[in-house]
Amino acid sequence: MKRVYLDNAATTPVAPEVLDEMVPVLAEHFGNPSSIYAEGRDAHRLLEDAREKVAKAMNAEPSEVFFTGSGTEGDNWALRGVAHKNAKKGKHIITTAIEHHAILHTAKRLEKEGFDVTYLPVDDKGRVNPEDLKKALRDDTILVSVMSANNEVGTIEPIKELVEIVKEHNKDSKTKTLFHTDAVQAFGNIPIDVKDLGVDLLSVSGHKIYGPKGVGALYIKKGTPIENLMEGGAQEKKRRPATENVASIVGFGKAAEIASENLEEHAEHLTKLRDRLIKGVLTRIPDSELTGDPVNRLPGNASFIFDYIEGEGILLSLDMVGVAGSSGSACTSGSLDPSHVLLALGLPAGRAHGSLRLTLGRDTTEEDVDYVVDQLVPIIERLRAMSPLDKDHPIDQEVYDK
Amino acid sequence: MSMDYTEKVMENFTNPKNVGELEDANAVGQVGSPACGDIMKMMMKIDDDGVIEDVKFKTYGCGAAIATSSVATEMIKGKTVDEAKKLTNQQVIDELGGLPSVKIHCSVLAEEAIKAALDDWEEKKAAK
Repeated sequence: MKRVYLDNAATTPVAPEVLDEMVPVLAEHFGNPSSIYAEGRDAHRLLEDAREKVAKAMNAEPSEVFFTGSGTEGDNWALRGVAHKNAKKGKHIITTAIEHHAILHTAKRLEKEGFDVTYLPVDDKGRVNPEDLKKALRDDTILVSVMSANNEVGTIEPIKELVEIVKEHNKDSKTKTLFHTDAVQAFGNIPIDVKDLGVDLLSVSGHKIYGPKGVGALYIKKGTPIENLMEGGAQEKKRRPATENVASIVGFGKAAEIASENLEEHAEHLTKLRDRLIKGVLTRIPDSELTGDPVNRLPGNASFIFDYIEGEGILLSLDMVGVAGSSGSACTSGSLDPSHVLLALGLPAGRAHGSLRLTLGRDTTEEDVDYVVDQLVPIIERLRAMSPLDKDHPIDQEVYDK
Repeated sequence: MSMDYTEKVMENFTNPKNVGELEDANAVGQVGSPACGDIMKMMMKIDDDGVIEDVKFKTYGCGAAIATSSVATEMIKGKTVDEAKKLTNQQVIDELGGLPSVKIHCSVLAEEAIKAALDDWEEKKAAK
């Protein structure tokens, strides 16, 4: 059966052009980039070429790009590194309620260590209100971390505007507040320019942009006070020890190069298909709703709520007809709790259960989109026919007390 | 997270038995899982001798919740009320060839929904 892969926010397939550059590295260029002889120098050159490509894709200096093992590592490094380095100046950190767990769980850990964390709310579209940040900033705020775009509902945050507020605050504050953004979902999908945004730190990942898994990068603006996450050798200018994953870094570099060169075209392709998908679903399926921001939205993200049913049933049914998607329902989270993002948007838990996220990619076609809509209509109908809930029988909270 | 469902679970999710409304039900029970939000409704027609003539369910929940509803109803159909009361969630799990550990609570919900329907029947009988 033909597979229609619509979970590109979870991971993307490795682009053939990327793989073509990676295989020779694994096969021939095995040297350790830290070694002085020819094999080492060869690997080192590949590493630095990749760094230039990633830097160029985000308009950073190559010396400000540090390779990591994942987006999660970059997020951990940014938060813990800044917190630990600047603890004497202040112990207050600001982030949002809709961050990825790589940020949220790191923030929770810092709270246990004695840091004070403010979680900014979002509106019903998932946008942070700049006024809320203004009010939350304090003299002892050392870091603000807001994601560039949300992974579940695709909402794009007003990072530039938020950075301006922090800069304004820094003018008459003893402590300089740093700004980090998790750009894992945004990178390669919308323009990311560290100079234009004015951020101090920015994390990205390889496998969301048709690169390999197990590689990411943290942009650290020159002069940003940050501690290391790990101790070890002198790699990455003594900032991030461990022998570099050269093949994956080379693949990541190539993926970043392609992403920045084709950014406009790619976004246009995705936006067109996304809007076709959204229109198809909302017009053909009653009691369905788009989650997130209809305008400030990642080009490839189409996320929905279907009332009266639960997301896992939708995913299993879609999988059986060849479609891969994801959901923020409790049943699919493995934790019994529905998505913290959907709850932060103000959706009641009962409605958050019926969520479906479809994220399009560079290989998605118009036929794929039409096929998914055609399949989704009877799937939703069938699951609703099995559900004891409908317009006249909404969830009765009492049922849980029995 | 990935779910490793058995073929039996998938079969019962895809083609569940006894799903729908039972118009002439004389025993109805509806329970919810406060843990995950799932809701299960059991409807039965029980004759004067206490034999479950027919049973239908409606479930708001994941694949495992629907599959457990399906096999649990199959397991009590034609049985007496006393026999049905003895159905445990472990028997339902065994019938499905196992459930992922995070889905065990779905089988508990099936057991509870059946008990709720049987309680409803006994209450109605006592009130007569």
